Amino acid sequence: MTTHDSSAAPPVEGGAAPGRPGRATESPEERRQRRRSWRFRMDTKASPYAFIAPFFLFFGAFGLFPLLFTGWASLHRVRLAAPNDMEWAGLDNFARLMSDEYFWNALTNTFTIGVLATVPQLAIALGLAHLLNYKMRGSNFFRVAMLTPYATSVAAATLVFAMLYGRDYGMINWALDLVGIDAVDWKSGSLTTQFAISTIVIWRWTGYNTLIYLAAMQAVPKDLYESAALDGASPWKQFLHVTLPSLRPTILFTVVVSTIGATQLFGEPLLFGGSPSGGAQNEYQTLGLYMYEMGWTNFNLGRASAIAWAMFLLLIIIGLVYWAVTKVASRSTAGKGA
Amino acid sequence: MRTTPRTRMTRRAAVGTAAMMLAVTACSSGGDSDGGDDSGKITLTVGVFGQFGLEEAGLYEEYMELNDNIVIEQTSVQKSEDYYPALLTRLPTGSGLMDIQAIEVANVYEVTNELSQYFVDFNDYDVDTGHFLDFKLAQATNADGKVVGLGTDIGPMGICYRTDHFEAAGLPTDRDEVAALWADDWQAYIDTGKEFVKSDVDAAWVDVAGGVFNAVVNTYEERFYDTSGEVVYQESEAVQTAWDLAMDAAESGITAKQKQFEPEWDRAIANGDFATVSCPAWMLGYIQDKADEAGEGLWDFAHAPSPGNWGGAFLSVTDASEHKEEAAKLAAWLTAPEQQARFFAERGSFPSSAEAVQAPEVADATHEYFQDAPIGQLFTEAAEGIPTLVLGPRDQVIQEQIANGLLAADTQGLSSEEAWESTVSSIENALAD
Repeated sequence: MTTHDSSAAPPVEGGAAPGRPGRATESPEERRQRRRSWRFRMDTKASPYAFIAPFFLFFGAFGLFPLLFTGWASLHRVRLAAPNDMEWAGLDNFARLMSDEYFWNALTNTFTIGVLATVPQLAIALGLAHLLNYKMRGSNFFRVAMLTPYATSVAAATLVFAMLYGRDYGMINWALDLVGIDAVDWKSGSLTTQFAISTIVIWRWTGYNTLIYLAAMQAVPKDLYESAALDGASPWKQFLHVTLPSLRPTILFTVVVSTIGATQLFGEPLLFGGSPSGGAQNEYQTLGLYMYEMGWTNFNLGRASAIAWAMFLLLIIIGLVYWAVTKVASRSTAGKGA
Repeated sequence: MRTTPRTRMTRRAAVGTAAMMLAVTACSSGGDSDGGDDSGKITLTVGVFGQFGLEEAGLYEEYMELNDNIVIEQTSVQKSEDYYPALLTRLPTGSGLMDIQAIEVANVYEVTNELSQYFVDFNDYDVDTGHFLDFKLAQATNADGKVVGLGTDIGPMGICYRTDHFEAAGLPTDRDEVAALWADDWQAYIDTGKEFVKSDVDAAWVDVAGGVFNAVVNTYEERFYDTSGEVVYQESEAVQTAWDLAMDAAESGITAKQKQFEPEWDRAIANGDFATVSCPAWMLGYIQDKADEAGEGLWDFAHAPSPGNWGGAFLSVTDASEHKEEAAKLAAWLTAPEQQARFFAERGSFPSSAEAVQAPEVADATHEYFQDAPIGQLFTEAAEGIPTLVLGPRDQVIQEQIANGLLAADTQGLSSEEAWESTVSSIENALAD
């Protein structure tokens, strides 16, 4: 923007001049200046939209359109092989979800795996972040190491875990055998399979959350700790009464992100057993997996779309709940502060 | 909201592929968009799944040598379960399709009857279909007589067994005597297994209950659908017999409880964790790959109590292809008797052409890894006994859900009634509109 000064000047001059000359009488020089200022105004007004337009165009084509199309498909009887051949079904696809035992099973599994994965993951992350917050040698190394699982692909990690959890040839059962515990069939039974899948999620996401907590911890003013120490608070008390309250918004953020991730859990359970049924008895079939099975194994696009929209609505509800919790939480903090 | 990223991915992939193809044609042919280039070469694309074998057997190379103006490019998707849904989404839009698409036998009914408008009729081209086995040709012909697929191979089944385990358990090891143990009687096969596990051999009799079901059910003509196209799996004699035998295997503890084609199953093969497994023609190469040196000289092959068919594929030419004539010619050549005979010699995929079966390289073939078993003769005999399966559009789903039910019985000790009930409810849910 090298012409900034020259093009910014004219409006000031023009504004100051009384009895602005009519268009017929303006000189070529004035006309050029007027046009330049018009271009400048267009530039400042329109350019930002032009710059962000690509995102919205892509979002419209690959985000919004599929969302709306899925919504439209969910109101029809439609099969994957003939997506244009739709038969109106109203809310049938949604109504049948109410009595669909496989849907409720998937919802329950999603919830239990979500809890099994999220709670330990955030607790471990908090502890690790606290440890990393101390002055120590090689802290950068540990911080980078924390993030490596996050940088691994879901597929690669899951396939390795699936082998570790093998019944006859898995390393975990071999290790259990060393300490005298009988082999566990990690690929069947609800509790064992869900535990195994949760560990994959925990392994992948703990580092990510640790770094977020660490960043937040480093923003806590040092003098708070100093004054707490002067008052005779032990490190544990300091963590409890200084660190945790300061981290509250961050913790809420990670809980929201983890919940969304848990609701959409898909890659790990799919690759763990190698099929969208999520175990012989659907022991670890999540909502994402059930939707995939309905659409891409049973080729029923209408019902799959209804499951997809049910998940979408579920996330909106979860979002609203968290929003309400934040409101209440911030009000209560404000009350205490005053 | 998993559909969003999914749709996004496929659409983006489609756009990307289209852009790439544009770029490629623009570079190679200077704007000529019909896939030909300056020297008049035509590129034919072939879409397959898994280690399909046509390329590995050197057939493309030979065809390109014989036909200077043809270039063949193959795209392979590892798993058939991923390949077919992708094909389904592309058919209605007509984009992203190959000139030739491979079709697995489990999907051939749907392709032939419900999706036939997306494929060309081989009758319209100069293709000799007279040499195919009758049942194979019938599977890819619809009610109007349209032929949408040419068979590449079939999967006649026998039993692969470990001679060392048989010997240790005091069973015969000669393949004729082994076959005589259970001639015409699947119950005898299971009962031999019960005797086998009483010996002190540290191995199971068979890999998994679902494998037994699969081997037995495919020896019947009518399995999940009847000839009028009704779903009859709940009443069918084939399913009942196969289910009871599989449950017998599960309940008497003669299975290794290993789900097929999982990495653990592969390792169980290498370590000889089970003494027998049902073996279609293409499985011999698979076992050889997995067992390799660990199983060298230990495997042999014998007739099953009765022969069934497992697997086999077809080649179809898509209607969206810009080179239908050339693609049909290539598909016909690849499935012609001489090439099928070679396909068998190189890859062990048994010919679906009656003429190819007569060829010396098929009829006299032996398999070195399986103690020089005369597999040509054994599979030819098995192929003669294969029933003409009645197929239906959702065979694969029904089959998979039954396998799941049996796996649950096998690994979690569900009773036959519990497993059957849960299987029926899964199938009904999957088939419902």
